[in-house]
Amino acid sequence: MRFRRRRRELVCREAVALMADYLDGRLDARDDARLRRHLAGCPHCSEYLAQLRATIDALGHAEPDALPDEALDELVNLYRRWQSDRGDG
Amino acid sequence: MGDDAALVDRLRAGDEAAFAELVRRYQGRLLRLAEATVGSRALAQEVTQDTWLAVVRGVDRFEGRSSLATWLFHILLNRARSAARREERAGRPDETVGEQFDARGAWVTPPQPWAERVEDRLVARQLAGRVQELLGELPEVQRQVVVLRDVEGLPASEVGELLGVSDGNQRVLLHRGRARLRELLTREMVDS
Repeated sequence: MRFRRRRRELVCREAVALMADYLDGRLDARDDARLRRHLAGCPHCSEYLAQLRATIDALGHAEPDALPDEALDELVNLYRRWQSDRGDG
Repeated sequence: MGDDAALVDRLRAGDEAAFAELVRRYQGRLLRLAEATVGSRALAQEVTQDTWLAVVRGVDRFEGRSSLATWLFHILLNRARSAARREERAGRPDETVGEQFDARGAWVTPPQPWAERVEDRLVARQLAGRVQELLGELPEVQRQVVVLRDVEGLPASEVGELLGVSDGNQRVLLHRGRARLRELLTREMVDS
C-alpha cells in the first residue's frame, strides 16, 4: 500500500484492551506509542491503568495465611503414620 | 530458598524435622493454591495432605531441575484436579469484565479514582489482605493463573506448563482475573 493512512487515535475501549499486553511489555512499538498518547490525554484510562497496577502490586504482597500449630502437628502426625506403615510393610 | 535442597536431602534420609520445616515453609502457599483450584477450604486441606504424602513417597524423584516450589505445585495441581473431578464441581461461569463503553468506545461510567490512596502504606497493606480474600470471587482457572503469576510470581512459561493452558489463553485469563479484581477492589475502596 503506497499511502499508509495515519492510524486514528485510540478510543478508551481499545486503550483498555491493550493494557494487558502493555503491562506484560508485549505491545509492539506502534501500539505502545498509541496507548501512551491516549493515556497522556485521558485521565480515566490513566486511573484505570493505575488501579490495575495497584491490584497486581497488592497480589504480589498477599501473604499466605499463617500456619496454625495444629495444622503443622496434623501433618507431622501424617508423616509419622506414613513412616511406621512403611516400616511395617 | 537457598537451603531447600539440603532439606530435601534430609527428607530423603527420613528426617522428621526436615519434613516439619518444609511444611512450615510451603503449607500456606500450597493451601492457597489448592483453595484456588478446588474452591473450598476443607477440600483444599485434604488435597494438601495428599500432596505431602505424595512428596514424601516421591522425594527421590525430585531432581532439582525446577525449583522445589514448582515441583510441589505440580504435585498439588494433579491432586487438586482429581479431587475436584471427584467432587464433580460445576465450574463457575466465566463472568465478563464489567467495563462499559458507549458506541464510540468511551467510558459510560469512568473509573472512580482510588489508585493514589495506595501510596499510603496502611492502605496498601489492607489492600493486599483484601485482594487475597477476593480471589475466591474469580472463576477457577482465572484464579489459578492469577495466584501462580501475580501472587507466586512464576513466569508465564512455567504457569503454562503447570496448568496446561496455551500462552494466549493464559494472557486472556490473567487479564480477566486482574480486571475483575480491580473492579471488586474499586467497590470496596469507593465505599470506604
